[in-house]
Amino acid sequence: MAKNIYEKIWEAHVVHEEPGQDCILYIDRHYVHEVTSPQAFEGLRLAARKVRRPNLTFATMDHNIPTTDRSKPIEDPMSAQQVETLKANCAEFGIACFDMKDRRNGIVHVIGPELGLTQPGQTIVCGDSHTSTHGAFGALAFGIGTSEVEHVLATQTLLQKKSKTMEIRVDGVLPLGITAKDIILAIIGKIGTAGGTGYVIEYTGEAIRSLSMEGRMTVCNMSIEAGARAGLISPDEKTCEYLKDREYLRDQDHEALAKAWRAWASDPGCTYDRTVVLNAAGIEPQVTWGTSPGMVASITGKTPVLAQIADTNTRLAAEKALQYMDLAEGTPIQQIPINKMFFGSCTNGRIEDLRAAAKVVKGYKVSPKIEQALVVPGSHQVKMQAEKEGLDTVFKEAGFEWREAGCSMCLAMNADILQPGDRCASTSNRNFEGRQGKGGRTHLVSPAMAVAAAIKGHFVDIRGWKFNG
Amino acid sequence: MKPFTTLTGIVAPLEALNVDTDQIIPKQFLKRIERTGYEDFLFFDWRFKSDGTPNPDFEMNAPRYAGASILLTKDNFGCGSSREHAPWALNDYGIRCILATSYADIFYNNCFNNGMLPIVLPVETIERLFKEVRASEGYKLTVDLPKQTITTPVGSAIAFELDPFKKECLLNGWDQIGLTLRHEDRIAAFEKAREAAH
Ligand code: SF4
Repeated sequence: MAKNIYEKIWEAHVVHEEPGQDCILYIDRHYVHEVTSPQAFEGLRLAARKVRRPNLTFATMDHNIPTTDRSKPIEDPMSAQQVETLKANCAEFGIACFDMKDRRNGIVHVIGPELGLTQPGQTIVCGDSHTSTHGAFGALAFGIGTSEVEHVLATQTLLQKKSKTMEIRVDGVLPLGITAKDIILAIIGKIGTAGGTGYVIEYTGEAIRSLSMEGRMTVCNMSIEAGARAGLISPDEKTCEYLKDREYLRDQDHEALAKAWRAWASDPGCTYDRTVVLNAAGIEPQVTWGTSPGMVASITGKTPVLAQIADTNTRLAAEKALQYMDLAEGTPIQQIPINKMFFGSCTNGRIEDLRAAAKVVKGYKVSPKIEQALVVPGSHQVKMQAEKEGLDTVFKEAGFEWREAGCSMCLAMNADILQPGDRCASTSNRNFEGRQGKGGRTHLVSPAMAVAAAIKGHFVDIRGWKFNG
Repeated sequence: MKPFTTLTGIVAPLEALNVDTDQIIPKQFLKRIERTGYEDFLFFDWRFKSDGTPNPDFEMNAPRYAGASILLTKDNFGCGSSREHAPWALNDYGIRCILATSYADIFYNNCFNNGMLPIVLPVETIERLFKEVRASEGYKLTVDLPKQTITTPVGSAIAFELDPFKKECLLNGWDQIGLTLRHEDRIAAFEKAREAAH
């Protein structure tokens, strides 16, 4: 029988099944970071348990670390304690830890694929909702809570119920200037932030296949913003090509691996519980106007007019969001001014994102209205690569700040934080109230749209951009 | 884990859609390495004004909702990050049961791992409860997990659905790791079979 990729991965990882109980599912990769793990390690210690498979567990520090000079100690004592705690826990339990000064350090969802740890057909978990990113490689990857982190550490398994499956097919060719970020924002705008609840999504269709691995990661990354348990894309040539010669895959027979990887792809004729279809030709550059990723409009659009929203709850939510965002009803998106810009995160902090943004920036200067424009690579390796290509110079000459890698202002746990009333164009994934700092207002956009807004001081349609060189 | 059987308690209304975990507990409180002591951080930016005093406009702050153990809210509660600090903060504040039309997946699971009961109810029931809670001060509900019912002060019973395995675990206060480790031999056999296949 024809099977979809989720069914294949699920079946290959069931350790034990009993009627009326959740399945015990084997976990191939467990990524750990400093924020959601200390209580899990403490739990192990209290119960005198060990980490079952330290060699399948990999830790990095990303959320709390400064993006400024790494030779100096972390100023915030609580952040420093969390980072030190992770280091000590990894040492005690024998887990590989890419600490702040390690060349492999970076945002957990950027380094997993970059190091070749993330591979097709795997089950991957992390105490972080954006673990769905790794689904771009045809892995079943999802976020878990700290109790579950402890469960995986102790047993290398998780108790799980099988999800329903949803196919989201994006047909046709992507118009010029439209990116993976616009696709996923358009999808969330269409199905809603709870549209994927209870489902694992597989993204299919010509427009998805045409995306690079970086673009696919952007799409899968935000599956959680649609409420889905996970989002994945069947592996193909591009997937195998990306993984070739990655650090943890060197000295292995690539052809044999690639053959096994491709076999995980969904079979022709397989079925899903639900299918949603979008046409790529209809997707425009997207900008969020509200406090949830589903509150999104096209760059040619406007903020909503409340009287036109029929559903009472939706209208109340929109009213509250406009209030928080300090925006009037019916404001054209292109008239919204910004004073800050953040480029980075596990959604759009990869080399391709930097390249795309640098192309836009070339020959321009950041608008004098902008008080801060941060460019934060997703990993140390991304930063090194960008510097090798001279991208850092492009950004710096234009007036952007070039920083060390980390989560940074995506969630502002370190010193990179919005002030009340700030309005920020951000390439990250969440525009929740206060996400980037209390009273801060976040508009989610693609990398090109973010830097273009920083140059003009307000949102602009990237499709009309004049590129220099 | 503490078992959950029945609960009678004050109901606090939180009238909002898509309440995300950044609202339930903002990031600056995720830097602690402890598992408890999060009660003062719950809904921090809504509950408190910038000077640190309670925000009188936040409905849950009204004295009539003091000591609430049941939270009444709307669609997609707990969306956003996987931070278990969200259920920890609710639990530390005293909330043991949540009533909503729907939940985000990770948050929902996290609740059970902390002995808390998130209940899904139809939108009409939720709307009715909002009205009833606001109409009478001291409004209490009784949640009976074995019977899967919620009883209102006038004695009408509302039935709710729940996955039987989740119910078992809550009723018995089972430690999930302990449950899984009963099958350690199978995990070992699974690992061995895979190694042999590679
Ligand atoms: S970059 Fe943002 S979304 Fe990604 S892991 Fe870090 S904090 Fe989470």
